[in-house]
Amino acid sequence: MPESGAERLERAFRDAGRPLFVPYVMGGYPDIEASKRHARILARHADIIELGIPFSDPLADGPTIQAAGQMALDAGTRPMDVLAIADDLRDGPPVVAMTYYNTVIAQGADEFLRQAAAYGVAGIIIPDLPVDEATEVRTAAREAGVALVALAAPTTDDDRMAEIGGSAEGFVYLVAVTGVTGGDMSIDDRLRALVDRARRHISVPVVVGFGVRTPEQAGELGGLADGVVIASEIIRRIGDAPDAQAADAEVDRFGAGIADALRG
Amino acid sequence: MSVNTRFGPYGGRYVPETVIGALDELTEAYERYRDDPDFRSELGVLLGHYVGRPTPMYRARRLEQAWGIDQGLWFKREDLCHTGAHKINNALGQVLLARRMGKQRIIAETGAGQHGVATATASALVGLGCRVYMGRTDMQRQRLNVIRMRMLGAEVTPVDSGSGTLKDATSEAIRDWVTNVDTTHYIIGSAVGPAPYPEIVAEFQSIIGIESRAQMLEETGALPGTVVACVGGGSNAIGIFRGFLDDPDVALVGVEAGGEGPAGRHGASLAQGRPGVLHGSYSYLLQDPDGQVAEAHSVSAGLDYPGVGPEHAFLRDSGRVTYVNATDEAALSAFLECSRMEGLIPALETSHALAHVRDAASSLRAGGPVLVSLSGRGDKDVDQAGAALGIDASA
Repeated sequence: MPESGAERLERAFRDAGRPLFVPYVMGGYPDIEASKRHARILARHADIIELGIPFSDPLADGPTIQAAGQMALDAGTRPMDVLAIADDLRDGPPVVAMTYYNTVIAQGADEFLRQAAAYGVAGIIIPDLPVDEATEVRTAAREAGVALVALAAPTTDDDRMAEIGGSAEGFVYLVAVTGVTGGDMSIDDRLRALVDRARRHISVPVVVGFGVRTPEQAGELGGLADGVVIASEIIRRIGDAPDAQAADAEVDRFGAGIADALRG
Repeated sequence: MSVNTRFGPYGGRYVPETVIGALDELTEAYERYRDDPDFRSELGVLLGHYVGRPTPMYRARRLEQAWGIDQGLWFKREDLCHTGAHKINNALGQVLLARRMGKQRIIAETGAGQHGVATATASALVGLGCRVYMGRTDMQRQRLNVIRMRMLGAEVTPVDSGSGTLKDATSEAIRDWVTNVDTTHYIIGSAVGPAPYPEIVAEFQSIIGIESRAQMLEETGALPGTVVACVGGGSNAIGIFRGFLDDPDVALVGVEAGGEGPAGRHGASLAQGRPGVLHGSYSYLLQDPDGQVAEAHSVSAGLDYPGVGPEHAFLRDSGRVTYVNATDEAALSAFLECSRMEGLIPALETSHALAHVRDAASSLRAGGPVLVSLSGRGDKDVDQAGAALGIDASA
């Protein structure tokens, strides 16, 4: 039997020997070819790639990811175009797709997850599907061999942390701040206590994200958690680059810097 | 009794993990206070002395004649509520809940501005800070309500994403809530959103139906044959329908925004959408094959929404309520007819319900009296309707 998505993710954590770098690529931003190139460039530095499938109403995302997603949609990006990027990364780090629940159920969760698996996707993150609504999708994901990666937040109480830990596959995405993506986060006692609390209830690796911007933050977070997600900052850097070539170079430079910081 | 979270398969809580705790907290507060005598008495006093309830039941005799509704046409006068629409029923109830939960800040989304004005009013009344998210397009077409909200001390934040309408304002309000959930209560204005909101909003609005049922019996000695209400998210409709759900002989009709007509853009989620998830609940939704939410269109900002409350989805499937639609054009002409024949300028939203009554009069003739939820008044619409109808203030 081929290795399941959850097993591939678990292996990524075992093999890395350091906290994992999980960069986010918005499929279709600024266009589908560029996002494919950025994913390939980041794959050289990353341990897991988070691949965003744009959705029209992304409730958990701040302005940067919203705008990137809207640009991708305006250019006609479709979910399968984005999943095809995963197909292109088969010899690289495992890919975890990130999208909203309506994208998953539009053609049926079973069908969506089968297709994701066929494109080589190891896991899926659905930020508007909390653990108590996820039973059906989790079953469909298991059947497809895709890990349903759960999110936990600062406002998640101990009972829910345990519930999330109990059904977690691959890793748990711990949201560092009470807020949307791309805001300000700081590594303080509150965050340390949150990571500690998550670890007490969750046995799979815990990856932290939301608001991480610099190699210094990534390095410091790496001392607390099993991995670090960086999303809005990468999109912002792509958006600020004068041309496609400069964007590629910036993605490469920034990715290398984060990976270095995580090597400690 | 625990709060309803599902209506058949519809409803649920499809929101970021960050706000689940707040939904639990709201559920607990609502379960605790729903039947609490102090809470009910405080709300009851406000509804009576501040809102002006019970709102009257009025027989619209001239329209009755003009439209050939021999069995009688009755208006439940929610337009007479303080602030000009039914929205205040829910805003007051939720503001009292928020205060009991110890929240210091209120946020809301608004389309036509009626819910924003109601929330700004209720917040001013209890002394809580208030921010209202409103799409930029809606701020232009409902500018009088923007001024009212600001006069009431609320901060009105324009939303530029998407088409700058109610959907986008709701998304932005939810993002604010995700960020400030510890201090902030989000007052959703329609019977939409994650549980427990659809149930809470429907229950606070059910006073429309409870009063209507008793008033119709008193005025006519019988129940209405048909109850008609406009449906955007569907709060006035679910409010009046709830008074009659257990009366199988009363036909219930919800009127969605038909927009530009069959070939054009519209807001008829129940007629032309398919089930999906937007703003936290599973219900009928205008969307493309990939699940991207489509932009709705309606001349009325309050019906310009691609989703609809989950209880309406359930009532559609069960067949208990019939959902139809009325175009922009039909609504505008009904707006003018009601103004000129009854001296009542109805909201453009409400005008959709009136348009259906006029255009389907012959099929309504069979049953008993027709009862329309006159959900709001049209003062807010005079700029836009005037422009569309060629009526202005030139000397």
